[in-house]
Amino acid sequence: MPAGFSAADFYNILPELVLTGGALLVLIVDVLTARQQRGLLAWVTLGVLVATLLALLPFSDVNTVASRGLLAIDGFAFFFKLVFLLTALVTVLMSSSYIEVEGLRAGEYYFLILCATLGMMFMASGIDLITIFIGLETMAVAFYILAGFLKPNRRSNEAAVKYFLLGAFSLGLLLYGMSILYGLSGTTNVRELATVLASQERNALLIVGLVMVVAGIGFKIAAVPFHMWAPDVYEGAPTPVTAFLSVGSKAASFAMLLRLFMEGLPFLADMWQPMFWVLAVMSMTVGNLAALTQSNIKRMLAYSSIAHAGYLLIGVVANSSRGVTAMMIYLLLYVFMQLGAFAVVVMLRRQDVAGDELKDLSGLYFRYPTAAVAMLFFMLSLGGLPPTAGFMGKFWLFSAAIESGFIWLAVIGVLNSAVSLYYYIRVVVFMWMKEEALGSPIVASPSMAVALTVALAGAVVFGVYPRPLFELAQESAQSIGGVAAAVSALSF
Amino acid sequence: MLEAYVPILIFVFVATGFAIFTLIMSGLLHPERYNKVKLEPYECGIEPETDARDRYSIRYYLVAMLFVIFDVETVFMFPWAVIMDELALFGLIEMIVFLFILVVGYVYAWRKGALEWA
Repeated sequence: MPAGFSAADFYNILPELVLTGGALLVLIVDVLTARQQRGLLAWVTLGVLVATLLALLPFSDVNTVASRGLLAIDGFAFFFKLVFLLTALVTVLMSSSYIEVEGLRAGEYYFLILCATLGMMFMASGIDLITIFIGLETMAVAFYILAGFLKPNRRSNEAAVKYFLLGAFSLGLLLYGMSILYGLSGTTNVRELATVLASQERNALLIVGLVMVVAGIGFKIAAVPFHMWAPDVYEGAPTPVTAFLSVGSKAASFAMLLRLFMEGLPFLADMWQPMFWVLAVMSMTVGNLAALTQSNIKRMLAYSSIAHAGYLLIGVVANSSRGVTAMMIYLLLYVFMQLGAFAVVVMLRRQDVAGDELKDLSGLYFRYPTAAVAMLFFMLSLGGLPPTAGFMGKFWLFSAAIESGFIWLAVIGVLNSAVSLYYYIRVVVFMWMKEEALGSPIVASPSMAVALTVALAGAVVFGVYPRPLFELAQESAQSIGGVAAAVSALSF
Repeated sequence: MLEAYVPILIFVFVATGFAIFTLIMSGLLHPERYNKVKLEPYECGIEPETDARDRYSIRYYLVAMLFVIFDVETVFMFPWAVIMDELALFGLIEMIVFLFILVVGYVYAWRKGALEWA
């Protein structure tokens, strides 16, 4: 074995290895089974994800650096990998009926979902610029294809092309920024970057690199003014893919953002804090105001997701262990509420109804009270009303901002939440107060029912009893906050 | 630190200047005597039969893509073979893993009919 590598390195990436092998297995099963037995693929995919989850569990208390300093196997990575696997599980559960209605190729679909998850996992544990970038690329390429998966559908084609062009452009920006950081420091390791750059004088090139990295990541988290792709892509992509994209890709990009800025560039906080302050305020305001006028649910949820990128950036601006904890909590809760809302939209898709217009929800309560009540909870949770999960998440985010002295940011956040309630409640108005929509009956497949139950349980239980989640996030955030504190102590 | 880049800057200027100079000079000096054969696109000496802007089978695309993948695989194997004695068993296993992943893709493409030409 080459120097620096050991058998432990393979053990440390065991979850990723299981996932890679599982993805290949899905491809093989796809070619070996007859067309009628394709339902098997969903089960294989679920099995792979559960196996990966089981392989991940022993790493809850591990805090080590693997593969010659390319990967950090720590609490932070563990938490985010948990989030990604949960997201992928719920997405796969809600996909099977949609795939049948649309007549998609199941094998490639599940394979790409697993590949995207793999990329996200490397983004969360990568502490080397190149590793992080390759993880991001693995995820992004899978999503480019998934966005265009409805081949005969023009909107889906448009979504894929737009996402690919803008995604490639933003990745280029990010890579250019990273190369400048490398040029200034001579290292691609995020932790070494912190120590090397902290001892150097600041120059203009550093600012250029920083701005490019911020812009590149801004595209990925869909923060204003880098959000233009989001509504079109979210609307055109197949609905389960939109759900996966809006939760998984966002969580992974935030994991990358935290790694880069909290671990790699903590001493530049006075420079990137104002940038993220502006991005946060613009994302919240533009996202919420634009969402007010949407008549398509997927577009509305896209703007809502832009606004949520703004809320989450508050945690970055706070630049504290509490801020990181709040972001991690919010991202996990966001999995439940956003995936839940999309699950209901997926359910509305029938043979004769596209099901992504707001009017398709009309009178849902009278025909399908369970689905309507679930949707009510998801909407209230996204809006941040107590006693739902969304309220707890926002509460921690805003209190982290206040603790770090960003009182105005918290005020703007609260005002924006109030604005957002209008369009979330409008969904409820359609479900309760409008004439019933036409169309064939809605059938929730068993797997869809499980997906909805998981999402609803998460959104309700963590709203009422958030303590275990809070403790897990706080413990996981320490591995990243600790480094930031150590480095800032070193530089002053 | 920036002084170290001065030679590169000079190189860029010389390269750009040379290209512009040659283009202008040949534009000024060359004789203009066109005929039909001269205006044809050069394709390894074979006479073109139809216009180049034509629809062609999507299968060319698939085959080209498969070709690139396995071409790159071979390119990757050469440096590996050169330092094989240093990498030893570890390198061999890594290469087997790499080839296994490619073979899965190959079997997939094959079974899905990407290699059928009809």
